[in-house]
Amino acid sequence: MATPTQTQKGDFTQNLGKIYGLYTGGFFAFVLIIGALEQAGVPNKILGYLFVGATILVYAFIGILSRTMQVSEYYVAGRRVPAFYNGMATGADWMSAASFVGMAGTLFLLGYDGLAFVLGWTGGYVLVAIFMAPYLRKFGAYTVPDFLSERFGGNLARFCGVIVLLACSFTYVTAQIFGTGLIASRFLGIDFTVAVYVGLVGILLCSMLGGMRAVTWTQVAQYIVLIVAYLTPVIILSADKYGLPIPQLTYGQALQDITALEQQMVANGLADAKTLKPHLEPFKTYDPLNFFALIFCLMVGTASLPHILMRYFTTPSVREARVSVAWSLFFIFLLYFTAPAYAAFSKLEVYSNVIGKPLAELPAWIYTYGKLELVKICGANAVDPAAVAAACGKVAGHPGVLRLQDFGINTDVIVISTPEIAGLPYVIAGLVAAGGLAAALSTADGLLLAIANALSHDIYYKMIDRNAPTPRRLAVARIILLAVAIAAAYTASTKPADILAMVAWAFSLAAAGLFPALVLGIWWKRANAPGAVAGIIAGFAVTTYYLVGTRYFAPSFYETWSFLSTATPAAIEKYNTLKQAWLSATPDAQAAAWKAFDTHAQSIANWWGVRNISAALFGLPVGFFVIWIVSLLTPAPSKEIQDMIDETRRPRGESILAATH
Amino acid sequence: MQPDNVERYWSSTRSLMFVMLFLWIFFSFIIHMFVRDLNTIVIGGFPLGFYMAAQGSLIAFVVMLFIFASAQDSIDRKYGMAEDD
Repeated sequence: MATPTQTQKGDFTQNLGKIYGLYTGGFFAFVLIIGALEQAGVPNKILGYLFVGATILVYAFIGILSRTMQVSEYYVAGRRVPAFYNGMATGADWMSAASFVGMAGTLFLLGYDGLAFVLGWTGGYVLVAIFMAPYLRKFGAYTVPDFLSERFGGNLARFCGVIVLLACSFTYVTAQIFGTGLIASRFLGIDFTVAVYVGLVGILLCSMLGGMRAVTWTQVAQYIVLIVAYLTPVIILSADKYGLPIPQLTYGQALQDITALEQQMVANGLADAKTLKPHLEPFKTYDPLNFFALIFCLMVGTASLPHILMRYFTTPSVREARVSVAWSLFFIFLLYFTAPAYAAFSKLEVYSNVIGKPLAELPAWIYTYGKLELVKICGANAVDPAAVAAACGKVAGHPGVLRLQDFGINTDVIVISTPEIAGLPYVIAGLVAAGGLAAALSTADGLLLAIANALSHDIYYKMIDRNAPTPRRLAVARIILLAVAIAAAYTASTKPADILAMVAWAFSLAAAGLFPALVLGIWWKRANAPGAVAGIIAGFAVTTYYLVGTRYFAPSFYETWSFLSTATPAAIEKYNTLKQAWLSATPDAQAAAWKAFDTHAQSIANWWGVRNISAALFGLPVGFFVIWIVSLLTPAPSKEIQDMIDETRRPRGESILAATH
Repeated sequence: MQPDNVERYWSSTRSLMFVMLFLWIFFSFIIHMFVRDLNTIVIGGFPLGFYMAAQGSLIAFVVMLFIFASAQDSIDRKYGMAEDD
C-alpha cells in the first residue's frame, strides 16, 4: 500500500483499537513464551537477543507498512491521528532513555530534590495546551520554524528557528542513540558500537520510508512496550512485599522505613550525618532558588521543544489537539509518578540489605552490576568479594562492614536491577531492557524527524528550491534524514562525554530561543519580524553565553562577573590560591593544576548562584523583553498578518496554510 | 461574524488561559514553597509536602488539562467558533 486510498486509511484509523489491542495481547503472549523458554533452559543471552530482535523487527514492520509518497503524510501523518493515540505517541516521543533508565536513579540519589525533574518534565504540558498546541494546529505549519516564518513573514525568522532547533535537538538525538548502545551492550552483552548501528537501522526503518506517519504508529507501539516494561517489575515487587500491586501507594511505607534506617545508620556510625542526604528532606542538593529555577526551565523547555510541538500538528482538529495534550500528559504521568516508587524500594533494599553488612555477605546483585562498572565499593568496581575486600582493606580504619560512604551506585542501575533484587526470572529483566530500548528509539525517531524536516522543508524547499516537485522534496527529505542519522550515530559511537553532558542544555536553549517568539507570535498581534528575530537571537545568545561561559570558560567568566557571583570569602580565597598554583606550576604539573583551578572556578562562576542547567532563567526574560521593545520600535505587522493571527485564534474554519504548502 | 462576538470569544479564551496559568503556577511553585510545613502532615506514610511533588501536582496537571480541553470546547461552541463535529 505505497499510496493508500482514503478508504484504506479510514479503515486503519477506525480499527486502531482492535489493531493495538491485538498488538498488546501479542506482546504479552510473546513475554510468556520467552518465560517458558527460560524455564526450558534456554540461556539468558539468547532470550535477550530474542527480546531486542523481535521488538525491533515489529517496529520496522510498522515503519515499512506506513511508507508514503505524499508530502502531508510524510510531514504530519496526514493530520489524521486521533487524540488518544497521539497522546501515546507523544508519551514515547517524550520519554527518553534517560527518563526510563535514569530518572528513578536520580531520585534515589537526590531524594526530594530530584522531584524537580518529575515536576519539570510533566508540568510543561500545561503550557503546551494553553499557549501553543491548539493554535499551532490551526495554523497548519509542517515544522516549528515554518510557523515562525509564516507568522512573522520572511525567511530570517525561519532560519533563526532552524538554528535553535538544531542546537537543542542534535545533542539530544545523539544521547538517545548512545542510550540504545548502552542498554544493549550493558544488559544484553552486545558490543557497544554494533548496538549503536543496530539501533540506527531500527530508527531508520521506522522513519525513513514513512516520515511522521510511520514514526507515529511505531511510537504508539513503542509506548505500549515501554510502559508495560516499566510498570511490571515494580508492581510485582509491591504485591510481593506489601500485598498490594499498587507501588504508587505502597511506597509510603518504604519512605517511613527509609527515614528510620537513615537515623539508625547515623547512630551506628554507618553514615556520616554531614554527607547523608535524608530522602524526604528538601533542598539538600539544590537551594530553593535552583530547585524552582530548574522546574521552571524544564517546564518552559518542554513547551518549546520542536519534536514535541510537531506531534500536535498531526491531530484531525484543534479540539483534538487540546484533548491530545491531556492524553499525552496522562501517559507520561503513568511513568513519572511510578519513578519515585522505584527509587524508594531500591533505597530500602540498599539501606536494609547492603549497608551495615559484613563485606563478605553482600547480596549477589552487587557483583552483577559491579562487573558492569556500575557499582563501586570503597572506590573500586565491586567485581567480586575479593576485589571488595582488597579495596576496603586500603581504607584506613575500615570497620569491615559496609558504610554508606563506601557505597557508590550508577543511576542507571535502579530500574534495571529491580527485577533481580525482587528475585524475578530473567524474562522480566529482558522485558525492562526492551522497554529502555523502546524509550530510546522512539525519542530518537521523533528528534531525527524534527531535525531532518527542518532541513528538508525549511532550508531546502522553502529557502533553496521553491519549485521542487513532490518526488524530489521527499527524496531530499529522506537523504537528509539518512545523513543526520548517520552523523548522530557516528558521534554517539565515539562516546563523547561533552555532548552527553550537554543534553540537559536542550531545555534551556529551547526555552530561551523559541518560547518567547512562539507565545508572543500567537498572543500578541503587535509582535513583528524584527522583534522576533532580535528576540530569538538575544534569548538564545544570552543562554548560550551562560551555558558555555560557566562550563568551558569558568575562570574568565568568574573574573568578568565576580560581583554577581555568590562565592563565599573562603571560596574566593581558594580560587586565588588555585590560580597562583596554576600560574606557578611547572610545565608537567600545569595540566593537573589547571584542572583543579578550572573545576573550582566552575563552582563559583555564576550569576546570583543560578546553576548552569537553569540558564534560561536569564535568556527567557531577555527574549521576551527584546521582542517587546524591538516590535514597538519598528512598524506593526501588516493587516494581512494581523487578520491571519485572528484567524489562528478561532478553531472554526480551514487551516491558515494550505494542506500541501 | 459580529465583531463584538469575536471580542467576547477571545476575552473568554484569554480568561480561561489566565485561570489555567495561575493553577499552573500554584501547583508548580507555590505549593512546594510550603514543603516543610506540609511535611508535618503524614498520610499513608507519605509526608504531604513530598507527596505533592511526587504525585499530587502531577495529578492536578492531568486533571487540569482534561478540564481545560472541555472548558475551551464549551467556549468555542458558545460563540460559534467550534469546528464541525
